[in-house]
Amino acid sequence: MPITFTLNGKPVSLDIDPDMPLLWAIRDEVGLTGSKFGCGMAQCGACTMHVDGEPVRACSMPVGSIEGQRVTTIEGLQGKVAQAVQAAWVKHEVAQCGYCQSGQVMSAVALLSGNRKPTDADIDQAMNGNLCRCATYVRIRAAIHDAAKTMRA
Amino acid sequence: MTAQQPIQTSRRRFLQGASAAAGLLVGFHIVPGGKALAATAKAPVALNAFLRIAPDGIVTIYSKHVEMGQGSYTGLATILAEELDADWSKVRATGAPADAKLYANLAFGMQGTGGSTAIANSYDQLRQAGATARAMLVQAAAEIWKVPAAEISVAKGVVTHGPSGRKAGFGELAERAAQQTPPANVQLKDPTRFSLIGKQVQRLDARAKANGTAEFTIDVKLPGMLTALLARPPRFGGKVKSLDATAAKAVPGVMGVVQVPGGVAVIAKGFWAANKGREALQVEWDFSNAENRGSEEILTAYRALAQQPGRPARRDGDADTALAKAAKRIEASYDFPYLAHAPMEPLDCVVQLSPAGCEIWAGDQFQTVDQANTAHVLGIKPEQVKINTLFAGGSFGRRANMQSDFVVEAVQIAKAFGGNAPIRLLWTREDDIRGGYYRPLYHHRLAAALDDKGELVGWQHRIVGQSIMGGTAMEAVMVKDGIDATSVEGASNLPYAIPNLAVELHTTKAGIPVLWWRSVGSTHTAFATELFLDEVAATTKQDPLTLRRKLLAKHPRHLGVLNLAAEKAGWGKPLPKGWGRGIAVHESFNSFVAEVAEISVQPDGSWRVERVVAAVDCGRAINPGIIRAQVEGAIGYGLSAALYGAITLENGEVQQSNFHDYESLRIDRMPKVEVHIVPSTEKPTGIGEPGLPPIAPAVASALMAVTGQRFRSLPLPDKVKQA
Ligand code: FES
Ligand code: FES
Repeated sequence: MPITFTLNGKPVSLDIDPDMPLLWAIRDEVGLTGSKFGCGMAQCGACTMHVDGEPVRACSMPVGSIEGQRVTTIEGLQGKVAQAVQAAWVKHEVAQCGYCQSGQVMSAVALLSGNRKPTDADIDQAMNGNLCRCATYVRIRAAIHDAAKTMRA
Repeated sequence: MTAQQPIQTSRRRFLQGASAAAGLLVGFHIVPGGKALAATAKAPVALNAFLRIAPDGIVTIYSKHVEMGQGSYTGLATILAEELDADWSKVRATGAPADAKLYANLAFGMQGTGGSTAIANSYDQLRQAGATARAMLVQAAAEIWKVPAAEISVAKGVVTHGPSGRKAGFGELAERAAQQTPPANVQLKDPTRFSLIGKQVQRLDARAKANGTAEFTIDVKLPGMLTALLARPPRFGGKVKSLDATAAKAVPGVMGVVQVPGGVAVIAKGFWAANKGREALQVEWDFSNAENRGSEEILTAYRALAQQPGRPARRDGDADTALAKAAKRIEASYDFPYLAHAPMEPLDCVVQLSPAGCEIWAGDQFQTVDQANTAHVLGIKPEQVKINTLFAGGSFGRRANMQSDFVVEAVQIAKAFGGNAPIRLLWTREDDIRGGYYRPLYHHRLAAALDDKGELVGWQHRIVGQSIMGGTAMEAVMVKDGIDATSVEGASNLPYAIPNLAVELHTTKAGIPVLWWRSVGSTHTAFATELFLDEVAATTKQDPLTLRRKLLAKHPRHLGVLNLAAEKAGWGKPLPKGWGRGIAVHESFNSFVAEVAEISVQPDGSWRVERVVAAVDCGRAINPGIIRAQVEGAIGYGLSAALYGAITLENGEVQQSNFHDYESLRIDRMPKVEVHIVPSTEKPTGIGEPGLPPIAPAVASALMAVTGQRFRSLPLPDKVKQA
């Protein structure tokens, strides 16, 4: 039986192994490659997507479990928070290799969607699941604070 | 890949490279985009091997260096755009094709990235390329407007004839410019007129990397492409004894199973099927020629070896006698584990075979080597191997592999599988952590001689470990008299004024593949030398900064960064209880970096790095923002290793497998970082690596200051004694 869900606002229906992780369903079956594979075991956050607005590790979530839900990937990000975050990412030149950054942006957007004035401790908590081997953390922190300021303005 | 061969000493090769490049400026029509330019006027026009200009004025720079986060695209484009007087908002960069004749790294004599050489080796070459192209645009305008070239000026992508007020954009002039004979001599700008170099221009890849559109190898999509995963032997040097692929082949989506020299590959329609197929393989391995030792056994053997004199890497005066006659001797030994690079994008490579040869898509770091190794597998010529260099999701040295391991695997799989399907080889994180090519495990033994006044008069440093370069094609260049320069760099060029100094090396053999890891030899030599010097300071009751200043009197660039870091960090100023500072200074890749680490120790002995102040001297700063980013990143990457990094083996099997047991720094442990750049008019040198070596010793030194404990191995303990 095909698995049906909403991806970036559009309905999709995939006739695939329900055990396939959401990440690979989106990357290999749908063909959206902005979400990355970094560990496959919910350790690095490179695959972060939003399911019904909540950040999830798509590498460790069977596609069969998201039947009927709303999935947003980096390709489908929109709105004020996303704009503020992405603009801050560019301004602070956060990315180095960039490979982790889709996941970082997704986590940052999720954080700021529920918290307009995150403290450093809030940032640590929300972003701790997102590894960056290039260690762009100083700028991630600065960009999140900056994006929060933009949104409050 | 090492600091031991400064660009300056490679002058002859450099000049050869430069003249070859100059010759090629004339042959612009053979460069990328060349075919298109003859065909249609709408296409971008190449003015030389390093840039093309589109009719809309977009200037695209061909970067001969892979962009793996270090900012090479932006840095190289800045240099060229400066001399071209381009409009930065219209500058783009892309990976150059594999062609060593055009795109050799002038420090290596082949196309490749590493050793923090990208800016250093390209600086003169790209200034020249930019200035030459600018002159051709001016000549073109002079021809069209029938005015003297001397009356024409260029600024921000616009060519202007002052007297008549005529103006034209680069795009309008490009085609005519391409028909000009490139001038043999061009005047380079006086650096005081630089408007991009040294300024903080916007990174070219910032936007694509914030919105998910940056293309990595894992994102490549080709019609009919299949995904391969390779089952590799669980011990290095193992071979397939027997294989039963029945269950694997029965997995829906699996298209084939092939045996290649590196193991057994499962080829499938996507990652998930390939992964399931690989899990279903029944392989029995033959370990008769494998490395079956554990890392503890290896280290024990190294400790025994360190009791014996090694091969001399440096000998000043007579350290043996100084130690024998010393009023006081200090001795310490240091251990360093194997380390995986764990770039965020696991290794991957896409290969398409065709009757014409082979096309590769990769975050390719060693194009010339990868071409040669691929050609060897396929029995074709290296020129038949076309490489598309994409963004690399980190490397830290891992993708620069003399064996081209991940490229060769993909090529062997494609060859064994046959057919026309492009093959995308993916590595999982487990494949990466267990895949070898580690920073070698090292053991160091140091001894210092103090005279009766407490002066440091003798220093003996023995290093034991595997050679990175031995057995590779680079051995001839990098290993001299049995000394692999990458094993001793950072120790054999110790800058401190010590009259009797000996550095010795024992090169060992082990079946574990090793490789350079961000900052190479300095990953361990900086820790051993800097921390041992701190032990000398502690023993003689001297301030670590004061002792360094005294011993570095003849090294102004070391002193410059040391003093700047100390001043900005407030060295000597009081700190809260349980807090401490440590300092370290190190030269690598011809750049100088000092770091002061501030740490806090909790009553339960847990501790954290609170703040790091770095001072760097990397010659003329091309892009200060990227320099700061690289130093921040190197500090974070170095801290990962200092806090957690260790690959251990038992009975030849790697014990770690993913980020849960090969941990990496997360945002909550990232300290505040300040980076100060020493203003300089020296030639630019590298910055991708030099920020790393001082961090671990600076942190350990701070812990030592608070606790009085000695720290002689990495990673550092989770808990320390409270002061
Ligand atoms: S790939 Fe999903 S958390 Fe790492
Ligand atoms: S930018 Fe490279 S891993 Fe985060």
